[in-house]
Amino acid sequence: METTIKFYQTDTFTVGNRLLSEAERSVQAGMQRTNALNSGHRACQGCGEALGARFAVDAAMRATNNQLVACNATGCLEVFSTPYPESSWQLPWLHSLFGNAAAVATGVAAAMKVKGKQHIRVLAQGGDGGTTDIGFGCLSGMFERNDDVLYICYDNEAYMNTGVQRSSATPPAARTATTMPVGQHANGNVFGKGKSVPLIAMAHEIPYVATASVADLRDLEAKVTKAMSIHGARYIHIHVPCPLGWGADPAHTIKLARLAIESGLFPVFEAEHGEITGHRAIRAQVPVEDYLKLQKRFAHLFRAPKQVDVIAHLQAMADRNIRRFKLLEKFTSPTGGAAA
Amino acid sequence: MLKQIEGSQAVAEAIGLCRPEVICAYPITPQTHIVENLGQMVDKGQIDPCEYINVESEFAAMSVAIGASAAGARAYTATASQGLLFMAEAVYNASGLGLPIVMTIGNRAIGAPINIWNDHQDSLSMRDAGWIQLYAETNQEAVDLHIQAFRLAEELSVPVMVCVDGFILTHAYERVDIPEQAQVDAYLPPFSPRQMLDPANPVTIGAMVGPEAFMEVRYLAHYQQMQALGLIPELAEEFQQQFGRDSGGLVKPYRSADADTIVVALGSVNGTIKDVVDEMREQGVSIGSLSICTYRPFPRKAVRSALQHAKRIVVVEKSLAVGIGGIVATDVQMAVAGLHKPVHTVIAGLGGRPITRDSLRKLFHKADQGHLAHLQFLDLKHALVHEEIARMEGQRHSGPSAENILRGMGTIASQIR
Repeated sequence: METTIKFYQTDTFTVGNRLLSEAERSVQAGMQRTNALNSGHRACQGCGEALGARFAVDAAMRATNNQLVACNATGCLEVFSTPYPESSWQLPWLHSLFGNAAAVATGVAAAMKVKGKQHIRVLAQGGDGGTTDIGFGCLSGMFERNDDVLYICYDNEAYMNTGVQRSSATPPAARTATTMPVGQHANGNVFGKGKSVPLIAMAHEIPYVATASVADLRDLEAKVTKAMSIHGARYIHIHVPCPLGWGADPAHTIKLARLAIESGLFPVFEAEHGEITGHRAIRAQVPVEDYLKLQKRFAHLFRAPKQVDVIAHLQAMADRNIRRFKLLEKFTSPTGGAAA
Repeated sequence: MLKQIEGSQAVAEAIGLCRPEVICAYPITPQTHIVENLGQMVDKGQIDPCEYINVESEFAAMSVAIGASAAGARAYTATASQGLLFMAEAVYNASGLGLPIVMTIGNRAIGAPINIWNDHQDSLSMRDAGWIQLYAETNQEAVDLHIQAFRLAEELSVPVMVCVDGFILTHAYERVDIPEQAQVDAYLPPFSPRQMLDPANPVTIGAMVGPEAFMEVRYLAHYQQMQALGLIPELAEEFQQQFGRDSGGLVKPYRSADADTIVVALGSVNGTIKDVVDEMREQGVSIGSLSICTYRPFPRKAVRSALQHAKRIVVVEKSLAVGIGGIVATDVQMAVAGLHKPVHTVIAGLGGRPITRDSLRKLFHKADQGHLAHLQFLDLKHALVHEEIARMEGQRHSGPSAENILRGMGTIASQIR
């Protein structure tokens, strides 16, 4: 762009698209957006997953000229979008089981290849339970074979569809229906367990791995677009707050996602062939307390006596992420994501 | 072309002739040679175009086949035993989605105790999964059934399992007539589903169905499968005209029209049974047999009609419904309901225990004399189990019995008479 544009920054970091050139506008801002996940579905108010999925799938649709097939794991996204005989999906969409979305996508990609229709690309998607737990075997298999599939995990940090039970993506100290802050688990989910699937994906040395968040939808769109420009196994892990499961105000979905990034609890980065190639820098680190206090799943930490040591432990995790992913170092954005 | 060939290789060659477009491979004995052979055929360009995918589990194998089939490709996989159980969730899913996948089962026992040898517990555990189940009597029939299976699956939009006895058939070298490609092409047209994943015509497949329509969906699954009772004999007839062989169909009666005793069985053991029937016929015993080729859908009318003149029915089955007895026998009993004929259940050959002519001869003579129990276990080592039962009665305590049995035998478990 030749002229300098001054961005008006809102609380959610959204940028006035009208100020940008056509080419730089977001997919969602365009008249040609596909609304691949159409309105009328049954997601809760403030659902981070519905928001993330709409942006991700529309971006993938644009990147593939609408030549896209989606395979969905069982979970909220599947249930709220397809109550028979209605469907919100405006693209060919297949739901098979909870734990096999990656393998089903492999099958679709294989069929497209054998039919000479490789221009039709394949997207697999699931929640954190369907990805980090029950679908993990199939996911790892798809990665290791480097199948031509983009897998997107919408991580809301627990099994929300079944009523908020712990998954291996549930953060320490969080209250879920199976990690109630009682008895020997007085502090909720224990420390020292769980896993980072983005890092595990990187260990497979697949062409592209990224994390993203509904707090930065331009970055999310850019990463999906970039992923669709690459062939082979790709993985994007999107942080999507769940007002119901987190005990949060539906109006706080974006705010919480942003605080997760700015505290360091959710590092936003990307990697190619196992090497980290970029990260989204934090301009000013916020204390984890700011993030935790807005969620009832952490309320037990703030009741008298306040669990200072537990909060400090969470703060140490955030600090470690900041050191590990160099989140306070100069802003890098290889995908040309948002913010300035 | 006539070949002296291993059963697994014959099956692989038959699959190749059916032009599968996606093959999912995962090793499990005794099915492994089938997917190994297919891998080589794909590598050599003998099956082309075809995507051969080495998956990480049987659950993934069926899942990849589901995705491929839903996207319009002819999909195939093979498994056995624990592998079939591990993929069980996807097995039900494939039929629920109406995907015409064909899968070979190299029939094998289910553990514990772990056992790699043949019986029918694996495929029979999936009898209610919505798949058509065909049982091969010989390797020639295994070849022919696979060719019919793709046609059947794709015409009805129902997946088909072709069950081939592990080792007894999969690893046996015998003479098999492998059809020519042109013959198979004339019999089996390319796969062309009425609905598939296609951006030009986006459809939602696998939506959630609630109480308002679930019953209807299940009813239609039953209806579709029952259509196979008409289509299977038609396809077998057409196959005979084109290939000159009588393979498949619902049931195969053998010298049973006037027999007092009719022996019913699935799969390769029918060969041994027929030999014994011939021997006993020569001795003047009124005996015949009935091989059930199509087990799902269960050909109730054909079975009833074949058994209606018998005085007694002996079901020899390589499976056990723990807590009741026979699996196949229960269905046979239902087929002859109201005819007031004794149906004897003989559990035989579990975990690869050989079913010998000698044992069958004694069994059938006993049946002929009217001395057969309602339920019995062929060649059970009674002394061994009684010893263990006495031990268990002495002290009620949980724990496995397999180790005690092995100790009681005082020799390797695989001792075969």
